[in-house]
Formats: sequence, structure tokens, C-alpha cells
Amino acid sequence: MSDMTHTAAKPRAERSATASMTYAIFLTAGLILLVLAPLFFYPIFLMKLLCFALFACAFNLLLGYTGLLSFGHATFFGGAAYFTAHVVKEWGFPPELGVLTGVVGAALLGLVMGYVAIRRQGIYFAMITLALSQMFFFFCLQAEFTEGEDGIQSVPRGHLFGFIDLSQSTNMYYFVLAVFLIGMVIIWRFINSPFGMILKSIRENEARATSLGYSVARYKLGAFVMSAALAGLAGGVKALVFQFATLTDVAWQMSGEVILMTLLGGIGTLIGPIFGAGLVVTLQNYLATSDFPVTIITGVVFMVCVLLFRRGIIGEFYASRLGRKLGFEHRR
Amino acid sequence: MTPLLQVSNLNAWYGESHVLHGVDMTVGEGETITILGRNGVGKTTTLRTIVGIIRERKGEIRFAGKDMASVPLHRTAHVGIGFVPEERGIFSTLTVEENLMLPPVVAEGGMSLDEIYELFPNLKERRASPGTKLSGGEQQMLAIARILRTGVKLLILDEPTEGLAPVIVQRIGEVLKKLKERGMTVLLVEQNFRFASRIADRFYLMEHGKMVANFPVGELPGRMDMLHKVLGV
Amino acid sequence: MTMIFGIPLQAFLGQLLIGLINGSFYALLSLGLAVIFGLLRVINFAHGAQYMLGAFAAMLMLQYFGISYWFALILGPIVVGLFGAFIERTMLSRLYNLDPLYGLLFTFGLALTIEGTFRYLYGSSGQPYAVPTQLAGGTNLGFMFLPIYRGWVVVVSLVACIGTWLLIEKTKLGSYLRAATENPVLVQAFGVNVPVLLTLTYGIGAGLAAFAGVLAAPIYQVSPLMGSNIIIVVFAVVVVGGMGSIMGAIVTGYMLGIAEGLTKVFYPEASNIVIFVIMAIVLLLRPAGLFGRDA
Repeated sequence: MSDMTHTAAKPRAERSATASMTYAIFLTAGLILLVLAPLFFYPIFLMKLLCFALFACAFNLLLGYTGLLSFGHATFFGGAAYFTAHVVKEWGFPPELGVLTGVVGAALLGLVMGYVAIRRQGIYFAMITLALSQMFFFFCLQAEFTEGEDGIQSVPRGHLFGFIDLSQSTNMYYFVLAVFLIGMVIIWRFINSPFGMILKSIRENEARATSLGYSVARYKLGAFVMSAALAGLAGGVKALVFQFATLTDVAWQMSGEVILMTLLGGIGTLIGPIFGAGLVVTLQNYLATSDFPVTIITGVVFMVCVLLFRRGIIGEFYASRLGRKLGFEHRR
Repeated sequence: MTPLLQVSNLNAWYGESHVLHGVDMTVGEGETITILGRNGVGKTTTLRTIVGIIRERKGEIRFAGKDMASVPLHRTAHVGIGFVPEERGIFSTLTVEENLMLPPVVAEGGMSLDEIYELFPNLKERRASPGTKLSGGEQQMLAIARILRTGVKLLILDEPTEGLAPVIVQRIGEVLKKLKERGMTVLLVEQNFRFASRIADRFYLMEHGKMVANFPVGELPGRMDMLHKVLGV
Repeated sequence: MTMIFGIPLQAFLGQLLIGLINGSFYALLSLGLAVIFGLLRVINFAHGAQYMLGAFAAMLMLQYFGISYWFALILGPIVVGLFGAFIERTMLSRLYNLDPLYGLLFTFGLALTIEGTFRYLYGSSGQPYAVPTQLAGGTNLGFMFLPIYRGWVVVVSLVACIGTWLLIEKTKLGSYLRAATENPVLVQAFGVNVPVLLTLTYGIGAGLAAFAGVLAAPIYQVSPLMGSNIIIVVFAVVVVGGMGSIMGAIVTGYMLGIAEGLTKVFYPEASNIVIFVIMAIVLLLRPAGLFGRDA
């Protein structure tokens, strides 16, 4: 799987000074842009974008840094959306506890799915996660608390910490932004932690990591649960943003979408999935008004990406002359 | 003798690593040639590049006067080159006879199944068993026999005696002698020096991706010192 | 009325038959997946879409050219097989030297494109396809009523499975396929045009899926979504069976179809997840699958 992750970010110490500088500039510019964005775009669009960006980054944590392609991440995203929506609407949980419930629920689902799926690798892993996630889909279709085909509707956003009214879209936006940034920091810390380093060595040479005494299965499972929990964070928040949770979020198409976002942005790059998510969400919004089905575009983009630029947008940028000049290193 | 195979300034790469650095060699029609050399000097690579399995290559390979540069791998057999790899490549999902019958007959002069069974009686006995159920020696026989049906002119063998008992090695030597009598040209890589000296007409000595010496079997006694030094035997 | 485990025998046998029918499709599709995977090392996500294309081919041929079911049963697989061969030659073949996951992602994209196109053109609701007159009606077996067409599907799919197995195990082409599965480079060095063999294999696999699709047209509604619904179940079947053996794929397909049918009798709520549950159990007990060789 090492060739799926050819643009993995290098540890900080190895980066050149130029790169650190460039990163700092880009990071600052990005933050300013995100803070000011509601002045220029619909908050609901931005919030959707941030949720999917976090979802894609969580997915990429697994694919890009452990080489495991999950075809079942909709389970964690959509499952968390259901959990959050349910506890907020039916049990009157405040939003922060609601989202937390979603995260914990997703992590537990991740533990179960991961425990079964890590027994096989590569394409088998992909097929198993897809099948298990389809099983969860059928569970949601039949379970009572999900309210079947209708989904859980009119979920109240509530008051964050009891005093910030999230029904105001500006408040909600900054809440989502904060969650997104926290999620990104967690991912960044995770990748650069000793745990992340071991994951990387497993991805590069599993046999060697085993012979060094690491329990490969346990590390993979850890990464899987972490990725599931973060996907759940995105899903839980999404349920509050749109105030509903439906079967769409747990369907296999959603798992495919997050793969596309990651592939498009750049597998194994920290920020690539954000761009991938941005592009896909924008495209969906644009096509929402026409009767031309998004599926066709999604499918074609998938094929083109796999055939022509497997590095994705950010991966290609890093590998380009400009990217290299700015100090981004490209590993082959 | 007319050269059947003419290799000049052959270079080859495995991804980034440059393995062959200008191999020159000539194999005459009906000759048996053995390439000697230590592990890792590029002997197997030379064979695999001539066959066309390794495509990252530069330089000239002429077979019976034909330039092989643009010949795709699946046409090399048709031109008359037959290859038996080091790992023998016996197919486990095919029976002995299916293994024998697998390569398409590409030229006249190939042996019939009966002739092959005459040359290798024990293959006939085991014709219905899965190919990989045979002993190592029998598998090697099968690997050689399999090529003989096709009508190849140049038989390329990679370490045919590796890991085999002396009796079997002797059997393989006899088979190769018989093939030689039928006019077959043979190019092989061999570590078993005694075996090689019994069957070869001429030797190439290889070091660091190049041929460094080339001499007929008659000159062998006079070159033993050099061989000891280069081969470390 | 005769009862079996507290269930009327009629209902029991009826569900068993439905299970056998579903099993026939699982077997045909997982067989095609296994053949393609064996040689190309690609998990053909578009297999469901190609199955759907077969059903649509039958329906459209009838609508526009008046081509009967019987010709569609031959023409549909040929058309879809040629389409598959074209896709393999022009696109899929560029991915062989990469991680197999790219093949999965490419065929996933292909599946979405095909499905999306048919949804755009024909809407997502299903359309009926009449049972051919020769096979209409049913027969009373004494213990149950058997619709003739359903009996036909079970028999024909069994014949197709065994035929494919014979093709692979007993013919020259099959020996090329088996050998190339083990060592494509050597087979090519022997003078077999392996790239053409790969194209042919993908074409045959796609054709087999389309054949199943034509068979399915009179039983299920012809719908753009019929492929993606079934392919995920078939993936689970493949995981249970392991992709090492052709016979394994066939046997597992029928077994799981029947297991699904029986679940419908005894515990209907679980009938659409039972195969996934079995998959999880098999993975926990025997990760390589029932007939699998590679872990």
C-alpha cells in the first residue's frame, strides 16, 4: 500500500526552514480566510464544507497514514449523526454532550468494525468494511430510533454550554469552525506522535514492524478507532448543522464520497482532503439545482483521478516546481 | 560458426538501480555457453534481459540476425528463445502433462510428447499429478522438457542444478548432452563449476554487470587461478 | 398442512426456492469476480453495474428491436463483454502495476458512472420484463408450486457455473488462465499473449455478469440500482468463500443464498443482514475464508 501514500507529510524536524515558513504563512492565511468566510458565503454551505473536510481528514488519517482503505466510513459519520440527533432531540442533551455521544458511539462502532476487518488486508479490508457498513445501513433502516426512511427530523441545535445560542447561524458557524480546528489539531498531533510514527513504519514495512515487536493489529485497530471517532465528530456536528440525520449519511455512497474527496485532494497529505471536500461539496451545491445527476460526475472524476493524477491536487502541487521551490518535499 | 545470439553493449535497470553495464557476448549456433560469476554480478539479469522480461534496457540484442529491441515478450518464444527460470516456474494448478503442454508450439523441430516422455520416463509416470507435487529434480526436468516441445533454438537456463542431488545433476547433464547432439544451442548460468565444465564449450566470466573474460573449455586448466580469485571458490 | 419447525412446509419450500434463486445470482457473480481477480488482481466493483447492464440490454433490445429473451440471453453478454474488454484495454490495463486498491477505486468510479447514466436516462424506478412465453406459468410438484421460470434460472445458472468451471479446469484456454494467474511473466515468455488474455478475461467476467443480469430481468425489476444492491452482498460472499478457488466461489454463493432464504422463514428481520453476519463470523474464526488460500 505504500504507493497509495506517496505524499505523506514528513515529520516536522525534517522539514526545511523554507517549508516551515511557507506553512506558517499558509496556515495564517487559511485561518483568516475561515474566520472571515461567513462575510462572503452562506454559513450553511461553509459549515457543510467544514464537516466534510473534517470527515475526509479523519478518513485520510486511516488511508494516508496506515494504508488501510476503508469503504465503510459512512457508518461512523452517519452513525454519529443519528446518535447526536437522537440524544439531543429525544433526551434533551446539550449540543456539546450530543456531539460527544456521537463521537463515543462512532468510536465504539469503529472498535467493532475494526476488530473484524483488520484480519484481512488490502482489497479484502475494503470489501469487509463495505459489507459491515451495509449491515449497519440495514440496521438503521429497521431500527426504531432512526425513524426509518424519514430519518430524525427537526433536531434542535440548542445552547452551547448553556448560553451560546446555536440557532443563530453565525454562532453555529464559529462553533463548527472551532470543532473543525480542534479536529485538525488532534489529527496533526496524532500523526506526529510516537503512535503515528509506528503506524508509518507499519505502513512502510509491516513485517519489519512485527519483527521489532510491535503488535501490528493493535496499532491498526487504534488508528481505525481514532479515525472512526473523528469521522463521528464530523457527523455529529453535521446533524446539528442540518438539524436532521438520515439514511443518506450511512449509505455506501457516502463512504465512496469521502474516498473521492481524499483521492481528489491528495491521499496522505494533511490538508489535501480539505481541498478535495471543498471541491466535491461545491460541485454538489452547483449541481443541486440542475437535474444532471451528481453520480455521473463523481464516477468520472473518480476514474480520471485514478488514471491520471493519483497524487491529488495537493500532492501534485507539492510535486510541482512551485511546490518544491516553496520547500514542500515530495517523496516517491 | 555463425552467431545465433549477438549481444552488444547491453545495459539494464531494475527501477533505479543500474544492473548491467555494457554486456557483450556472442553465442554460436550449437554451442553450449556457461556464464560464471559471483552472486549479484548480474548473471540472472543478463538472461532475463535477453529473454525480454526486463524491458528497461539499452544496447543491442540480435537473435539469428534479428534485432530484438522491439519484439514483445510474448513473441520471443516465436523467434526461438526458450527460458527456464531459476525458480523453475512449475504451475501448481496444472498437472505434469498440462505443464508440458502449456507453451504453444511456435516452430518446427519441437519434440513430440512421446519423444519427451522417452527422454524423461519418470515424467510419464507422474503425468497426472499436480506439477508442484514432483521432487525438485523432477520439477527441473519438467521445466526443461516443457520448453523442448516448442521448437526453440536457444535454450536459456538459470541455475538448472541449484539445490539438486548429485545423481539428478548428472541426469540433467546427460539430457543437455543429448540436446546438444540434436543441435540445440544452450546458454546457462551455473554455480556448480564441475557440472559446468562437463557440458560447456565456452565460458563467460562476469563481474559488476560486465563480461570480463571469455574462453573455451580447453583453456580452463590454465585459467583456474584467475577463476579462484574472481569466483572465490 | 405439513409443518416443518413450526412453519408450513409450503412457505418453507417457497423461501428455500427464493434462496436458491438468489444463491444462483450470488454464485454467478462471485464466480465472475473470482475469475477476474485471479488473473487481473482487480476487484471489479463494476460487476454489479455490468449485471445491471445485462438486464437493461435485454429490456432495451426487446423495446427497440423486438429481440426476444432467447437472443438477448446471448447478445446481452456479448455486448456487455465487448464493452468490458474495451474498458480493460483502454483504461484498466494502465493500473496493473499499481496497488490493487486503485483497480477497486477505478471500477467503483466506473460503476457510479454507469449507474448514474442509466438513472439519468431511465429514472430510478424499476421496469418489468415479461417472462418469456415458453417459460411462463408454473407446475405443481405435489408438495409446492414451482414457477417454471424460477426453475429455469436455477438450472441455467448451475449449467453456466459448471460450464465456466470446465472452461477453466479442462480446456487449453483455461490452462493458460490458471498458469497466468500463478506466473504471468513466464506464461508470456512461453509465447502466450498475456495482455490479450487479460482483456479476454475481463470481457468474459463482464459477460458473465450480464448473463446473470438477463436471467434476473424477468424476476426482479429492471432498475439502475439493481447492481449496487447486489454487489455488496456478493463482496461478502467472496470474503466468506475466499477468492482462491472457482468452485469455492460457486458453492459459497449457493450456500449463502439458501442461508438467506431460510433466515427469511425463521427470522425475517435479519434476512438482509444474515450474509454480513456470517461474513463477520467466518472472519473471526477463519480469516482466509472457507476456501481461501491467501490470507
